[in-house]
Amino acid sequence: MFSRAYRTAITVPPLVWVAVFLLVPYLLMFCYSFWSVSDSGTIIHSWNLDNYHELLTKPVYWQTLLRSMWIAARVTFFSMLLGYPLAYFLSFYAGAKKDLYYQLVIIPLWVSYLVRAYAWKTILGTDGVLNTSLQYLHLASHPLDFLLYSPFAVVLTLTHIYTPFTFLPIYASLEHIPRNLVEASHDLGATPQQTFWRVIFPLSIPGVLAGATFAFVLSLGDFLAPLLLGGPSGIMISNIVVSLFGAAYNWPLGAAISLCMLALVLALIFFSERLENKWSFQ
Amino acid sequence: MATTQESAIAGSTKPTSTSLLSIRNVAKNFGKNIVLRDISLEIAEGEFLTILGESGSGKTTLLRILAGFEQSTAGEVWMQGERLDTQPPYRRRVNTVFQSYALFPHMTVEQNVGYGLAIAKRPTAEIESRVTEALAKVKMSAYAKSKPSKISGGQQQRIALARALVNRPRLLLLDEPLSALDANLRRQMQVELKALQREVGITFIFVTHDQEEAMVMSDRIALLRSGELEQVASPREIYNRPATSYTAQFIGHTNLLQADIHQGTAMCDRLAWPTDLPNGSALFSLRPECIRLAKIAPPIIAPTKTPSQSTPKISSTIRFRAKLRDQAFHGATDLLRVETDGGLILTIRTANRDLPNSKAPLEFEFDAADAIPVRETSLGSQSFASKSEDKR
Repeated sequence: MFSRAYRTAITVPPLVWVAVFLLVPYLLMFCYSFWSVSDSGTIIHSWNLDNYHELLTKPVYWQTLLRSMWIAARVTFFSMLLGYPLAYFLSFYAGAKKDLYYQLVIIPLWVSYLVRAYAWKTILGTDGVLNTSLQYLHLASHPLDFLLYSPFAVVLTLTHIYTPFTFLPIYASLEHIPRNLVEASHDLGATPQQTFWRVIFPLSIPGVLAGATFAFVLSLGDFLAPLLLGGPSGIMISNIVVSLFGAAYNWPLGAAISLCMLALVLALIFFSERLENKWSFQ
Repeated sequence: MATTQESAIAGSTKPTSTSLLSIRNVAKNFGKNIVLRDISLEIAEGEFLTILGESGSGKTTLLRILAGFEQSTAGEVWMQGERLDTQPPYRRRVNTVFQSYALFPHMTVEQNVGYGLAIAKRPTAEIESRVTEALAKVKMSAYAKSKPSKISGGQQQRIALARALVNRPRLLLLDEPLSALDANLRRQMQVELKALQREVGITFIFVTHDQEEAMVMSDRIALLRSGELEQVASPREIYNRPATSYTAQFIGHTNLLQADIHQGTAMCDRLAWPTDLPNGSALFSLRPECIRLAKIAPPIIAPTKTPSQSTPKISSTIRFRAKLRDQAFHGATDLLRVETDGGLILTIRTANRDLPNSKAPLEFEFDAADAIPVRETSLGSQSFASKSEDKR
């Protein structure tokens, strides 16, 4: 339909873009992860596995990685807990107001991530909105200090930020369920509750998996929320990577951690897709 | 005339044997849009009733009210002394076969069929044996372990039927279940479905827009027109004695003759036939197959068969001359369009293929008893047998 020249003209620029700004950096990172850095602070281009060895043997790295996964798991769980009922309500019961509610869920995505993270800082801080109110209502005698600079704050903020990301695929999968299946289930004697567990939920599993993958992967690699709200106990793996590439000036080790995370995430996405396909009937 | 016809309609909404379902003055509107008005219908135990109507006639809405997916705006539905329309669909002993089958895609054929029984918490052994039996009944035993996406539309249709029947409902609702099938499979399924209904003895309410399908399958047809019941009768009666011009035209072909009646004689153009109707004007339906080629040359005015009749001049067999305008092949029969001497265009169905090849007018005849007086009901597409000048 289109001429060969035209097709080349529109496909080459994006391919070049992806190659230069994605593939080349990954390749560089891959190389760096097998190099090392001298005491004087220069990169030594000799191939070795020291970085990976350090990663596995020094507890701080894999412990932080485990903590990051634990935080990501909690974020996934809570955003699921919020996102699924919200998506279910919108898809099945919102009626004419569906589009309005949908926009209301989406609007926070237009607001800068940074602004939302800072908002939580002002809410959760020692002199923050929450603590002031609690003391004013005499529910607390002194400011609660676990609110800010803790894994709690990180989980809360990330849940707030990533709930729309879990909501969207779940909502899409619920919207795809033919309504006559719900009617057929009622027709065959199933109550709304039975219908939910036997028909609606199983058919929304692809959306749940996609949403969970979003929430987990995005929060696993997050570094702003722990930086702003995490405090020392809320440090996540990305913060270590950031400091290794920055102040600590150990790019090879930073690259090795990054590649490990990349591998982890790719494996996760791969398995999630496999599962989604298994549960997909469209 | 009007009163006799109306009472005939009212009479036929009552079934002969014991009534299973009673639809009483049901009405439905979606906002300002009136979909059903004042539907009253009695359905007998074991009956095969077809709700026939064009798209937008409200037939699917009526079915959905019976299933419980829609709430009627007014009226009541009773099933054997029990109010049905106030109950949620999952409490009604009514099952539905959906137009698009609505099989659960994440379950096997077997699980689909067993769904209702599993919900009702029947023992596993009972579920197994009843599912096996139901699958055998619709000849789908070989596909028990398949997923619905792996079987054809006709097979899915059978599974949907088995899934509904396995629960032994009092009433089975079928929402255009055959409309997605190709013509041959469709005809085959019509016969099978009818046989199956006889076998299981469950009352069927079958919704379709296909009048032939309705005729083939039903004990009675309820014809819906823009949300109102036009006529409820057996297929034979509704075809042979249509109450309204809409019925006559919707079910089969017909010639509608607008006649003036004067002292027991109906006159339409140069055609005249005896009638019991009072003076005035009336509409008659004359089926194309009721007009035939006149074989022998008779006297123009035949002796009347009923000597007691007050107007002995009018024959009960009406004979007229007409020119053949066109002829269309319809398999077993041909459809002719002829123009009478008076310029009236009539459609005639004949199995006679040996029409004289001349341009000369032919002699046709019909029996006065076949001209059925019908109540005129407005219809956009209504076409009277018209003068040729009007058409061309």
